[in-house]
Amino acid sequence: MKAVTVVGASLAGLGAARALREQGYTGALTVVGAERHAPYDRPPLSKDFLLGKAEAADLALAAEDDAALEVDWRLGTPAAALAPGRRAVVLADGTEIASDAVVVATGAAALPLPGAPRLAGVHTLRTLDDAEALRADLAAGSPRVAVVGGSFIGAEIASACAALGLETTVVEAAPAPLAAVLGPEVAAAVAGLHAANGVRLLCGTPVAALTGTDRVTGLVLADGRAVAADVVVVGIGARPAVDWLAGSGLELDRGVVCDPGLRTALPGVVAVGDAARVRRADGTTARAEHWSAANDQPPVAVRNLLAGRTVAAYARVPYFWSDQYGVRLQFAGHTRPGDTLRVVEGALADRAFAAVYERDGRAVAAVALDRPRAFTRLRKGLAA
Amino acid sequence: MIYACHLDDLPKGESIRVMADVPIAVFNVDGRLYAVDDTCTHQNASLSDGWLEGCFIECPLHEAAFDLRTGAPTCLPAKRAVRTHAVTVAEDGAVYVHAAVAQPVAEGAA
Repeated sequence: MKAVTVVGASLAGLGAARALREQGYTGALTVVGAERHAPYDRPPLSKDFLLGKAEAADLALAAEDDAALEVDWRLGTPAAALAPGRRAVVLADGTEIASDAVVVATGAAALPLPGAPRLAGVHTLRTLDDAEALRADLAAGSPRVAVVGGSFIGAEIASACAALGLETTVVEAAPAPLAAVLGPEVAAAVAGLHAANGVRLLCGTPVAALTGTDRVTGLVLADGRAVAADVVVVGIGARPAVDWLAGSGLELDRGVVCDPGLRTALPGVVAVGDAARVRRADGTTARAEHWSAANDQPPVAVRNLLAGRTVAAYARVPYFWSDQYGVRLQFAGHTRPGDTLRVVEGALADRAFAAVYERDGRAVAAVALDRPRAFTRLRKGLAA
Repeated sequence: MIYACHLDDLPKGESIRVMADVPIAVFNVDGRLYAVDDTCTHQNASLSDGWLEGCFIECPLHEAAFDLRTGAPTCLPAKRAVRTHAVTVAEDGAVYVHAAVAQPVAEGAA
């Protein structure tokens, strides 16, 4: 193997480059990034960055010793195609990068509101450029903010807006935010943070339309209610950024399908992070949009890439966290409807607790609000 | 010199947080006491809430780990060391932290 190209220059892409060198790969190493920025950490974008407590330089992922990786960085131009026949990654400007092996780490892109017109004041939040644009809009006067989507990113943005003293409304199409992820009891406790911090939460009604001509003036819900807003942030999810792989021979199904070792249908191609959909031993597939997966998958994928076969499986318990209104939420494992919640420490009503989700008497997931120590103990007890 | 706690209140495998110029975490590793800055150098999390394994403390947020003997990070995502502080136990069992002289807060520190 003489030329490896990592496509994607975020946490997973940088992790892949580091893993390649750590595991003894000495050939040419190219990292392609669609954004002009060197790798940076995304989670703070919806937290400290919006509040002005962190700047772009604070988010840099690369350390001083990463210079020794001897990476040929190709930043600012997205990959447009993978041409396995020619063993090349093709960039949007036509440049071809000869590659014996490829790591797909292109992540995901924020979903826009379907059918909505392009209006000034409407944002999604995924990239540093997105965050800078949103932060500038939030600082212009004292805008009223409507956040579409009450999931983690929406709640974190609402939390930041409340901390900035802005009148904020969260609009959630489902009857309750995060119920599918956290179960009804924990979801209710978390949703209660909005009202407790002066943020209005409207549930159960999707957005019908945005209003405004050049600049957004608000939105209208499906039941006819109107929400006036000077800034609208759409946080309704992300889709894996894998369109560039159409026609490559890779199996695409809401991500790049790969085996438990993150190897794809093409020899010499692995996938990591938000773009990777892992097929489990039982045939089901799952894709994680978690920082922890993007951080932990590359060493496994690289090991299998260099071995030329699957010698290791990625088997870590999914884990994520969210900071909202000064409260830290942590979650690990897999839960589904019907699991029983058992509070181990604290109380749901206090929004300070650690709990496990049990199925057939066995803990399958753990959750906590502001109980990091108890949470870690529970998390360590979960089987992969 | 900062009084932390009585030795009886810091059993083996446990930790406490005390306030100095910044919060400091004190750990009892099989009878040996160690103190380091409590806030992870990666992002805002309290190491005294972390997972103690031998002389290593794992951050409860992102699993960065530090060697309590030196403060050095042993894995990503932490890139910078935490400060270490001397700990002494008086004859009456009082645990004292001798906080290192405050250093300029590094860029990006929370």
